Amino acid sequence: MIGAIESLGAWCNRHIRAFGLGFRFFVAMLSKVPSALRRRRLIRDQIHFIGNYSLLIILVSGLFIGFVLGLQGYHTLSTYGSEESLGLLVAVSLVRELGPVMTALLYAGRAGTSLTAEIGLMRAGEQISAMEMMAVDPMARVVAPRFVAGVIAMPILALLFSTVGILGGYFVGVRLIGVDSGAFWSQIQGGLTLFRDIGNGMVKSFVFGIAVTFIALYQGFQARPTPEGVARATTRTVVSASLTVLGLDFLLTALMFGGG
Amino acid sequence: MNSKRTDLAVGLFVIAGFAALLFLALKAGNLAALTLNTHTYHVTAKFDNIGGLKARASVRGAGVVVGRVERIDFDNQTYQAVATLELNDRFHFPKDTSAKILTSGLLGEQYVGLDPGGDPDMLKAGDRIESTQSAVVLENLIGQFLFSKAADTSSPAADSGAPAASSAAAPSLAVPSLSTAKPAAKPAGKASP
Repeated sequence: MIGAIESLGAWCNRHIRAFGLGFRFFVAMLSKVPSALRRRRLIRDQIHFIGNYSLLIILVSGLFIGFVLGLQGYHTLSTYGSEESLGLLVAVSLVRELGPVMTALLYAGRAGTSLTAEIGLMRAGEQISAMEMMAVDPMARVVAPRFVAGVIAMPILALLFSTVGILGGYFVGVRLIGVDSGAFWSQIQGGLTLFRDIGNGMVKSFVFGIAVTFIALYQGFQARPTPEGVARATTRTVVSASLTVLGLDFLLTALMFGGG
Repeated sequence: MNSKRTDLAVGLFVIAGFAALLFLALKAGNLAALTLNTHTYHVTAKFDNIGGLKARASVRGAGVVVGRVERIDFDNQTYQAVATLELNDRFHFPKDTSAKILTSGLLGEQYVGLDPGGDPDMLKAGDRIESTQSAVVLENLIGQFLFSKAADTSSPAADSGAPAASSAAAPSLAVPSLSTAKPAAKPAGKASP
């Protein structure tokens, strides 16, 4: 009995400690962002690493999601005889939801894991300690540029995902199935609004970019400096970043589109 | 060299992002216009009511897509809507072609249907389609239906009243008695002449 209460207390303590550590890490990272912004070369290299190398998986996934949306949407809408709304269905679901969320999940898998592994191995190889010895702040030199690059790259990737997805839906819906192309585009034009749909989608992808990049960097920095520790940290990055993205997505959707 | 290449790649990445934003912001609209704009001619048509017709809706002859609605304006003199139709120049229609606004499916997109006439001269660029038929507005249709329904129910009532009263007085009696029900009063008045 006493043991159970003790373990509950220990569990609470551990989580409160992790929360505090995470918050301190976040604040320390944000305070180094201005100095990181002056090192444009570092940020550029990280955008290249995070953004350009994620491009292939994002574009291919977007294209196939668009294909599938076109097919499934057509079959559902044709039972109501309103195949013309296919364009709107594809565009709204991509721009509002699938674009930001799928991109964030893929980004966590593609870029988040590599950030965690990189920083975790830097710690395991004591490179971080070596930097501190040389009076180089690892927060400013290693962590903050990666954070800035991730936050910049994520909305761009989400926009590309949505665009390619709409083109994929167009290809399947109009070229293969034969929905009228004028109706396809005019429905998109009539239904999609710049600030309510595209703007909110961009806000989402921006928030997801902050969340996923922060989780990846934090897990890397907190990883136990052993091969096993780095492996666990990488797994934790994917799991907690995905769950955070889905939870945040519900919150943001409720704030943006819910109720009113 | 390597640094320059990284610069180029990152620059391209950012430009691609802005291009995607631009594409979405223009609501993916200009792309279709570019593909169809090659060989077209424009004609106009005036409608009393265009209903839910939108720019970029299709123009169909016998159900086949032959063009697009390019834009829709309002004419201040005649208080009518002016639709500019962009037709593919592979398709020709007689001068006395009539245009009507139709709906595909029950709740579908509205489009302009062209019914060819018998004139030997063909429509040319800049011509105006003279005979048009407006969109069917559901509220008007329901209103008409209710009126005709009321007219149907009022006439048997008048007939049944006729044998009881003297035949000459029957219509004049029937109308005031019905006028208590307000919507029924109008069609009854309409039906009697």
